[in-house]
Amino acid sequence: MTGNMHLGVEEPIRECQYNQICTHNSSTMDTPHTKKKKIKRKWQVFPGRNKFYCNGRIMMAKQTGVFYLTVVLILVTSGLFFAFDCPFLASNLTPAIPAIGGVLFIFVMGMLLRASFSDPGVLPRATPEEAADIERQIDTANGPSGPGYRPPPRTREVLINGQTVKLKYCFTCKIFRPPRASHCSLCDNCVERFDHHCPWVGNCVGRRNYRFFYLFILSLSLLTIFIFAFVITHVILRSNRTGFLSALKDSPASVLEVVVCFFSIWSIVGLSGFHTYLISSNQTTNEDIKGSWSSKRGKGNYNPYSYGNLITNCCAALCGPLPPSLIDRRGFVQPDTPQPVAQTNGTGACPSNQVQSHMT
Amino acid sequence: MATEFHNLQELRHSASLATKVFIQRDYSDGTICKFQTKFPAELDSRIERSLFEETVKTLNCCYAEAEKIGGQSYLEGCLACATAYIVFLCMETRYEKILKKISMYIQEQNEKIYAPRGLLLTDPIERGMRVIEISIFEDSGSTSSSSTGSPSSGTAQ
Repeated sequence: MTGNMHLGVEEPIRECQYNQICTHNSSTMDTPHTKKKKIKRKWQVFPGRNKFYCNGRIMMAKQTGVFYLTVVLILVTSGLFFAFDCPFLASNLTPAIPAIGGVLFIFVMGMLLRASFSDPGVLPRATPEEAADIERQIDTANGPSGPGYRPPPRTREVLINGQTVKLKYCFTCKIFRPPRASHCSLCDNCVERFDHHCPWVGNCVGRRNYRFFYLFILSLSLLTIFIFAFVITHVILRSNRTGFLSALKDSPASVLEVVVCFFSIWSIVGLSGFHTYLISSNQTTNEDIKGSWSSKRGKGNYNPYSYGNLITNCCAALCGPLPPSLIDRRGFVQPDTPQPVAQTNGTGACPSNQVQSHMT
Repeated sequence: MATEFHNLQELRHSASLATKVFIQRDYSDGTICKFQTKFPAELDSRIERSLFEETVKTLNCCYAEAEKIGGQSYLEGCLACATAYIVFLCMETRYEKILKKISMYIQEQNEKIYAPRGLLLTDPIERGMRVIEISIFEDSGSTSSSSTGSPSSGTAQ
């Protein structure tokens, strides 16, 4: 309870320490300050299909193979560039080239890791009481149903900025999804402002990591164009001195780099362009694919979330406030059954603990 | 209207949880965090309407402040981007600061207003910002434990 909130904050940690000592002694005696079971962190009992690393600090999707491929491609191409092309370019043109390349590379990797490792904006599932409350409201709203009568799909309608938006009920998470949220079937979570699930990044792209994703593909476009341009420059300069074929023989890595960059540029630059369009019109990939706000759906159909102004839309998406994670991965799991026992303080009837969520 | 003054500790020991009321989100302004100010029927006999509305309106204001897109948030966003978001390892975001303020406010409201009436507000952040959970406690004479009472048949909010 709030009166003992301060005690309540410290108690679980103290209990945890006691617990560790107790399990070593394998004491089965139940003292008021210890529990039989080791207290778990919330990520360990997370219901979605995510993988967690570093004791809950890092959160990714289940399938991460393609993510490792992304990392390897970027590291190898950039590594070859710095190792084989940069010495020549630095000495013959300017040392600013490897410097700028280095900054770009670090930025790309930073944004990639940030997009991959952070919580995209997962909505925690409803507590049993919440779910029961919603069920009751739905039953009341739908009215009595006889046998063989299939109840209509559970939706709620909301008027947002003059546009009617349907909120759907998620059967897995047992909540009515907020507008723009969607359930990712791969991760089995509802994600706020769901954009898409990106296998290259190994995570969903949602409200909390969309800007990292966008900056990643934008900076990666710049990096690939940068590497492509300067590798070509390198080969041309060398060919002027020694001829084309011997230039290629002297710097074989350049061929590999050019090939990788050439094929990457089309897809990555295209994707950056697409997402720039999405950001400027304040739409998600999900909405764009479904044509939710397309004028083809009806005359009065428009995007109620757009600020109307291209600049404002961009600023809101990239420089808006970053909400903290709602799932509190590293918090401790409270005992489920509240027992109003007089002995202990802070456990049992205490509904919740102070949230120690950190944004990563 | 309960006029007895209950200590929070006394409340926990002498009261048992009767039911929970959930204040849902109000999406009429878009995706910003805002809660419905509609007064739930279950609280009719427990607390004055004005006090409840005051609490919810203050919370809505705080959340609006946190999600406001303006000068300070742009500054924070640009600074963060320029430092590749490393700056957030040392400094709290404005949103987190306001959430802390909200926690303190809810605690204060609980102590001053809600607990004396046998109610308890749960911080929305602990329910994924979906609902404000209000637990209604009934005075029970004995301290014999009964597990969470099944919620009485509620009316639609």
